[in-house]
Amino acid sequence: MSIASELSGTKHDSLSFLQGVKDCIPTLLGYVCVGFAAGIVGASSGVSTMEIALMSALVYAGASQFIMCSMLAVASPPSVIILTTFIVNARHLLLSASLAPYFSKYSLWKNIGIGVLLTDESFGVASDKLAKGGQVSDRWMNGLNITAYLAWIASCVAGGILGNWISRPEVFGLDFALPAMFLALLISQLQSVHTSKLKHRLLLVLCMAVLMYPLSWWVPSHIAVIVATMITATIGVLTDK
Amino acid sequence: MNINPHVLYIIIGAMIVTAIPRIIPFVVLQRLALPKPVLQWLSYIPICIFTALVMENLLVRTETSVTFNGQVLMAVFPTLVTALWSKNLLATVVVGIVSMAVVRLLWMG
Repeated sequence: MSIASELSGTKHDSLSFLQGVKDCIPTLLGYVCVGFAAGIVGASSGVSTMEIALMSALVYAGASQFIMCSMLAVASPPSVIILTTFIVNARHLLLSASLAPYFSKYSLWKNIGIGVLLTDESFGVASDKLAKGGQVSDRWMNGLNITAYLAWIASCVAGGILGNWISRPEVFGLDFALPAMFLALLISQLQSVHTSKLKHRLLLVLCMAVLMYPLSWWVPSHIAVIVATMITATIGVLTDK
Repeated sequence: MNINPHVLYIIIGAMIVTAIPRIIPFVVLQRLALPKPVLQWLSYIPICIFTALVMENLLVRTETSVTFNGQVLMAVFPTLVTALWSKNLLATVVVGIVSMAVVRLLWMG
């Protein structure tokens, strides 16, 4: 009985809301840097601070916000801006699908709540935890997602306010926070793969890298990301014994 | 501190199209048990997508060709070494930002 309750106690801790908040902390610098850059770009595109706040709270998508601001600056038609935003974010279909099976035991509303706040980074932290043999829960995921969400809005607004003084955020290398984080998440995934499977996974990485090149010729890069991922995941299933 | 109605409509439209791809799989898979090969396929998504997102930043598409972004390529190396060596997300991001800032400082004049 005491062992059982102790076990459930430790299990509970690693799945708590607070642990989700803690597990978000290493990614916060990435959100702050990119949100900051997004706010600055917004301000220099003539988007007001209130609009930046609203955009970060409702759209909540880094790459899309950059593109939306630059398209608003050149007065693109709303339908084109919205369609572009959709294409840039369509990869979330794959991220959500990859994570959703771990949350199927929770209610529909809890699933919607988790899905609506999912980002590349929160997906990265969750899939990293799973790859290392850990478990995920609704509370843990909400702690992770909500922390990231609030940090994102705050950084975008701060960038929007400071954007009146700084016009070129790229000088500070802030935009590279995102690729650096993706690289760290990729390496972390590979490091948690069992040695017997590592060669197979490295071949998939190579396959992805090679596929991205010709695909980027033919289709916009955001579509290349989706197509290359779908092809390589299929190759992965066919070649794994 | 004002919100242009035109911008507001665009933001609401963008909110709908960014929420849909995030929510749909959670709604569909909440009541649907997937066969094993599909779950296996989904398990490859993290590795594939992170490789794709790194590559997306490395490649530049011009009018006539696709080439590598030299600045990103230079900043990727110290970042990769840090990721492999430190196994620490925060350290990797810090080294990445500093590397990129240094590369831009040296090559942008």
